[in-house]
Amino acid sequence: MNVAGVDCGAKSAKVLILGDEKVLARVAVLSGFDPKAAAAQALDEALKQAGLSRGDLSHVTATGTGKNEVVFATSEITEVGADARAVIVLFPAARTVIDIGAEEGRAIRISPEGKVIDFAINEKCAAGAGTFTETMARTLEVAVEDMGPLSLKSQNAVPMNAQCAVFAESEVVSLIHAKHSKEDIARAVHDAMADRIASMARKIGIDKSIVLVGGMAKNVGFVNSLQRNLKEEILIPENPEYSCALGAALTAAERAKGA
Amino acid sequence: MKPTYKTEPLRCWAKAKEIRQDYYKNYALAHEKGGLRWAGGAWSFDAIPAGLGDDVYPLTGEPYAAAIAWDKEFALQCHEAVEKAGYARDLCSYMRNYWGSIILNKYVFGGEFPKPDFIWQDHICCSHAKWYQVVRDLEGQDIPMYCLDVSVGPYEELTDNRLDYVVGQMHDGIEWLEKVTGRRFDDERLIRAVSNHCRSTALWAEVCALNKAIPAPLDEKTMYSLYVLGTLQKSSGIVADFTEELRDEVKDRVARGIAAVPNERCRVMSDTQPPWGFLKIFRYLEQYGCVSVGSLYTFGLIGQWEVKADGTWGARTTPEQMGIVIRDRDQALRVLASWELKKPEWQHFYSPQAKSEMMIRIAKEWTLDGVLLHYNRGCEGLSLGIAENRLAMIKAGFPVIVFEGNMGDEREFDEIQTLKRIDAFMESQGFEKDSQ
Repeated sequence: MNVAGVDCGAKSAKVLILGDEKVLARVAVLSGFDPKAAAAQALDEALKQAGLSRGDLSHVTATGTGKNEVVFATSEITEVGADARAVIVLFPAARTVIDIGAEEGRAIRISPEGKVIDFAINEKCAAGAGTFTETMARTLEVAVEDMGPLSLKSQNAVPMNAQCAVFAESEVVSLIHAKHSKEDIARAVHDAMADRIASMARKIGIDKSIVLVGGMAKNVGFVNSLQRNLKEEILIPENPEYSCALGAALTAAERAKGA
Repeated sequence: MKPTYKTEPLRCWAKAKEIRQDYYKNYALAHEKGGLRWAGGAWSFDAIPAGLGDDVYPLTGEPYAAAIAWDKEFALQCHEAVEKAGYARDLCSYMRNYWGSIILNKYVFGGEFPKPDFIWQDHICCSHAKWYQVVRDLEGQDIPMYCLDVSVGPYEELTDNRLDYVVGQMHDGIEWLEKVTGRRFDDERLIRAVSNHCRSTALWAEVCALNKAIPAPLDEKTMYSLYVLGTLQKSSGIVADFTEELRDEVKDRVARGIAAVPNERCRVMSDTQPPWGFLKIFRYLEQYGCVSVGSLYTFGLIGQWEVKADGTWGARTTPEQMGIVIRDRDQALRVLASWELKKPEWQHFYSPQAKSEMMIRIAKEWTLDGVLLHYNRGCEGLSLGIAENRLAMIKAGFPVIVFEGNMGDEREFDEIQTLKRIDAFMESQGFEKDSQ
């Protein structure tokens, strides 16, 4: 039985296809201004990768900010539910999930059965999401992929107070003028973001094990900052940005069986 | 999905709307009838100016500002006007809406903003007295203003001295009213108004208590349009009589099993003022069969409660029901102060713990499945301690969803994010939308 999970996020649409509980394909396409088209393109590319056609899929479950744009989906699930579903399969001992995507940061406490006990999501401010790092990378004139490795070379912890992406940008400019190194500023950005995320996670209570997913889990600098802040080991799956898509696909498989 | 319960519209709905419309019209047209206008808060002791005559019309600030918030375009104009005038964006959003309406000289119900003849206020939070000081700055220092200090602590700690302090200010206030209006104060009218005040507020509690029934006969979005009459003029006979009619109708709905939400399968309560421009979130909940049966705010801002013999919350016994006959001004003022200072919404200004206890009581007695907390950036008073309330509710075993917003300033509310939170919360509690 083949099923697909589609995570139509703020920055990219991700599709993951499962065939008999094995991952057959993973594809991400930038959402741009047309998330509907991006989701369709991601599905077609994933099907091609898996050697399947749309008719071969028993069920498609959509999640993400743009889940309503996934017109070909059979059902939907929230990002919170999808994350919980995926992480409990990847790490059965997980009790806290932190997901940092482009637009949103989430902390979820889950039961041993993978049931959501409580959750918190960052508010309107972008300072708790991946877009924040991108903006700061632009200000520092470095590629966003280099922000993580760069921050690991930092020799000094520079405090950065701003909790808002707009104020943080002007603070970064001030730090540049104060001749702080790019390495130290990159670390300050990640530390500030980790502060915000850790505070959100503490609101719902943190239980071990902690799993980090979402695109920001690929940023080694942020992971380092968050680990130092939480003083706990953080587990990261192989393809962390596909967590929601995997959760959606697992849900699709369940629903296909139940149908 | 087939509805589980029968539903039908409220018969007295149109009457509630009519009373509200008349209230705002009467205030605007007071001078044409040879009457007087007074402005003040929804917490002010409105039974006292009633002693000046039946042609003395109030405009209470909070519900007026909430009406502005509902008109998103006008609310935005108000905020921009206030900010342009130099007032900070993080002040009470009701206050900012009200000031904006004055600065723009536009009454939200049409025409120019009607200037009050006097201000009758009490200082319940950091903003309330300041609110009307600025009204005088904007409208003219010639508007006489009287403000009662009511900071006498929680009701359970109310001593004779503390009560005397409030009642003394009321006596002074009556002399002041006579002086600034040139009218003679009528104690008989005061006594009647105090009696109406007690009747309106006890009856509203009775209406809310009827919502313990499953299915709930009323949903909170509807309740907002009904309780508002108590925030306009709880001392008026019209409001007291209407609330009695409403109580009878709701009682009848309970007896016949009439539901507010015919697919009810999940019950929650909210907290604090909602984002008035986005009451549709309550309709969104209904897609999950979820009814918000009220809140400490909806129950306790107007309603007067007491613990009944069986230990549950019920409507407070009025002085009249206790056989007390009010004979003179001093007795009327004592009854009024003692009655009003007991309402639940006063109490939690002094203690988030007291608020949590009342919320847990509601969650248990109204058989709730969860709580929807509004982190309301527009009201520092009622949001005080709300994060502690969240922890207490969770500890008591009630799941909580929080969303940030503002009762009067939609720029601080994110509709899509809020709906996403509701989806995640409902899903985590095992509820599905009817369409799925």
